[in-house]
Amino acid sequence: MIRIEKLTKHYKTVRALQGIDLQVAAGELFAYLGPNGSGKTTTIRILTGLSRPTSGDAYLHGFHVEHDTLKVKKECGLVPQTINLDHELTVFENMDIHGRLFHMPARERLRRIDELLEYVEIQERKSSPIKQLSGGMKRRVMVARALMHSPRILFLDEPTVGLDPGIRRRIWSLIKRIQQAGATIFLTTHYIEEAEFLAERVAFLDEGRIIAVDTPHNLMAHLGSWALDEIANGEMETTYFKDRGEANRHIQGQEGSFSLRRVNLEDVFIFLTGKKVVP
Amino acid sequence: MRGCFAIYYRELLILKKKFFRQVASMSVGPTLYLIAFGLGMGKDVQLDGHSYLEFLIPGLVAMNSMTQSFAIASEINIARFYWRIFEEFQAAPIRNIAYVTGEVMAGITRALLSVAVIIILALCFGIVLSYNVFFWLAVVLNSFVFASLAVCLAMLVKSHADQALLTNFFITPMAFLGGTFFPVDRMPHWAQKALQFLPLTHAAAAVRSASFGQMPGWFSYVLLAAIGALLFVLAFYCVNKAKD
Repeated sequence: MIRIEKLTKHYKTVRALQGIDLQVAAGELFAYLGPNGSGKTTTIRILTGLSRPTSGDAYLHGFHVEHDTLKVKKECGLVPQTINLDHELTVFENMDIHGRLFHMPARERLRRIDELLEYVEIQERKSSPIKQLSGGMKRRVMVARALMHSPRILFLDEPTVGLDPGIRRRIWSLIKRIQQAGATIFLTTHYIEEAEFLAERVAFLDEGRIIAVDTPHNLMAHLGSWALDEIANGEMETTYFKDRGEANRHIQGQEGSFSLRRVNLEDVFIFLTGKKVVP
Repeated sequence: MRGCFAIYYRELLILKKKFFRQVASMSVGPTLYLIAFGLGMGKDVQLDGHSYLEFLIPGLVAMNSMTQSFAIASEINIARFYWRIFEEFQAAPIRNIAYVTGEVMAGITRALLSVAVIIILALCFGIVLSYNVFFWLAVVLNSFVFASLAVCLAMLVKSHADQALLTNFFITPMAFLGGTFFPVDRMPHWAQKALQFLPLTHAAAAVRSASFGQMPGWFSYVLLAAIGALLFVLAFYCVNKAKD
């Protein structure tokens, strides 16, 4: 499990994290949502030992991220936001080096590479140089590489950014399968539908602070079930209703352009912060 | 320290993939210097009882082992700023000392390869020198100094462009003033004093003495080992600093 206590991170004048408290249970698929610059990547960097916190503590399966860094690194796999594969090497070589970095014996490395490439359905490209792969394939290789050393916690930092909808859904089903295999997944995204579809619990992050944590269902239930978007005087206003009938009654007798739809997590975020979750 | 072999292995794989290009590029500079300075300008020059070509080759060995071991800085920079692979190394359960060791070992390997290229070129020019244990020890220590310096600077720079700037400030002056092309003792007294502060001056002197079959002065070896050790420790701190 992941435990974060009063975590702060300051970069000169920027306060990237301002006292984060959070717990993620073992085996949970947890989504960390927020706009760019809200502190999502900073949190992941601290939890994976890539960056030091200014103050506060964080533990992964009981290991302190600063005091037991090497143990923490063995516990977790990381799929960063930017593709960081070695483009001069092949898929196999990239995964093999990862295995060596995690001190895996040769036989285990070979077995695991075959198993994982099969798992992410990219076995036929095992000997291909990374530069010959599509964006979606590179992402799948990154997921496979992060799973090489069988981590108990997988950090996915915007795993589907820049991918087309079809490939994105393929990555989603892969993430679900990884969780079903027993891993804890900590996912950052600004794709609301991604968090809604995948996550058991969601945290909203804004300007380095967590402003809400709950299941997607509970977060949305606070607002209601239906959202009515209305364009008035060139601006869009959204009103929330418990049921469709109530929304329809509201529209009756009014003139203008209306759009009735289901409440989503983005509505919750906008309601809480007044901002949109944009990349 | 186990992780250092993974880092070293990765650098060897890259080197293997670019082997012929690398060897060709390692040969260009020395070949031009040997033709221009050795055969052209220094044809009738004798220095301390040796032809200029014989004088030049140990200098080129020292210079090339410096530039090739320092070139690891560019590889680190490409990995860090372009491919972002440095993050993959940092996320692995290996100590920063293992990372520095792996990169320094890769730098030394590149340097040894470039020296092998020069020895073959020297043979083509009909020059056979003594490549004894003191020769190789001087080459390894020189490469150790500049590979460690390369890791330090690669961690301190903020972009790939800064790297070229540092090469111009550190490596180019040393290549021309460190006893590669001319004997340092022919310089004015004040310049000789100043040039003693350059590690390449000591490396060139040690390599030259060894390749002429003379017993090299131990001071140069001790100094190179001390500077190398200092830069190695500094490289470790620079990697720690690069974390944030």
